[in-house]
Amino acid sequence: MKLKILIAEPSLIITEGLRCILHDDPRFEILGTADDLPLLQERLAAHHPDIVIINPGLLPYAAQSPANAELPEGTFSVAIVYQYFEPAYLRNFDAVIDIRDSKHNIIATLTELDHETSNKHDSQPDAQELTKRERDILVLVAKGLMSKEIADQLNISIHTVISHRKNITKKTGIKSVAGLAVYAMLNNLMNDPTTPETPPHGGNVV
Amino acid sequence: MPHSPYNQHKRQDAMKNLLFDENMKMANLILVNPGLILLLPRFNIPLGFGDKSVKEVCSGHGVSTDFFLLVCNIYTIDNYVPPLEKVLATDMGMLNCYLEASHSYYLDRRLPHIANHIARMTAEMDCRMGGVLKRFFEEYNNEVVAHFKYEEQYVFPHLKRLLAGETDHSYRISQYSPSHTNIEDKLDDLTQILFKYLPEEVKAYETIGAMFDILQLSEDLKKHSLIEEKVLIPYVEHLEMEAER
Repeated sequence: MKLKILIAEPSLIITEGLRCILHDDPRFEILGTADDLPLLQERLAAHHPDIVIINPGLLPYAAQSPANAELPEGTFSVAIVYQYFEPAYLRNFDAVIDIRDSKHNIIATLTELDHETSNKHDSQPDAQELTKRERDILVLVAKGLMSKEIADQLNISIHTVISHRKNITKKTGIKSVAGLAVYAMLNNLMNDPTTPETPPHGGNVV
Repeated sequence: MPHSPYNQHKRQDAMKNLLFDENMKMANLILVNPGLILLLPRFNIPLGFGDKSVKEVCSGHGVSTDFFLLVCNIYTIDNYVPPLEKVLATDMGMLNCYLEASHSYYLDRRLPHIANHIARMTAEMDCRMGGVLKRFFEEYNNEVVAHFKYEEQYVFPHLKRLLAGETDHSYRISQYSPSHTNIEDKLDDLTQILFKYLPEEVKAYETIGAMFDILQLSEDLKKHSLIEEKVLIPYVEHLEMEAER
């Protein structure tokens, strides 16, 4: 699949230059350009690019960060720079292109991001069965116990409980305590006769 | 943020390509996003608009065309948040009527409809399991009702007074925490439970029907929250500031 790129840069010379460099490469597709922040935001909403090549100068100075452009999740931000920016600031971006970079380097920078995307997809674990420990913790969560109480009862640290709870949510796709209680019931995990009839109230019992 | 006339012009061009405009036919707008048909009753716009343009239909029913389009664009374009300048340039006089009409659509029509689905499904389940599922939905329902009630009791009357040009010190929008996360999480959980974990004895068509309605409601509520968080709040903040002057 082609990498969809949006260029946010006020200078026509630079946008056309980038267009020219990326044009013949079949791995890229330039969706369009934006020369100011509001236009960038509109284009972002409409086009869902994989990568935004952005001039950091376009972002409001007060808190310059790509976060200000409200990039949608999964979109990489690449700074295009032709003047000095604080290195610490540039670390806010996923990658940096200097306009003095060679064609080869520019393309390499962008394709590396692509590898990161595919790795991200690969490493996403598919829903798996809950482990015995996770089931035990799920039952206690479903009974309305707080993480601290679960930690005390099972004699483990609260951090361990929290990490188990994160895994439970990742595997089941269910976030709220009340939802987990329904899950536990439907999967016959609540066989214990002491199980309360009513599931815990609210979703904030974390 | 100030814009040079040049930029303004370019932006308007860009908007034309992306967003609906008042001269397009109402029927075409619905064809582009059929889901928008659900919004018409909230504006008191009946069907049967023939080949009239959006502008003609809206003005025929006393609806601000700009406001109507603002809502349609939010419902159609992913992640679209109208900038405050755009909101301020729009006649927002209908905002509270629109939000209240949305509330009553959810409370009086959608939620009871989904509750019926759930009741039919749980009737076929082991009664303990069915009871848990039913209670889950009831709790969710109660949370939504409480959330809407708060808005109708405090936020909307405040907006109404500000829109009427009055100063209103009885309430500040900063007291309103519009967090919809909890409510949204529960509805997401419900869809997960329905399609992944329901016992086999529940008839598939019943579950699928329920899922379909829940997903549709969930999408609708997400846009509704976006309007409250990204349009209502900044707008009321602005009105409060104006009223102070």
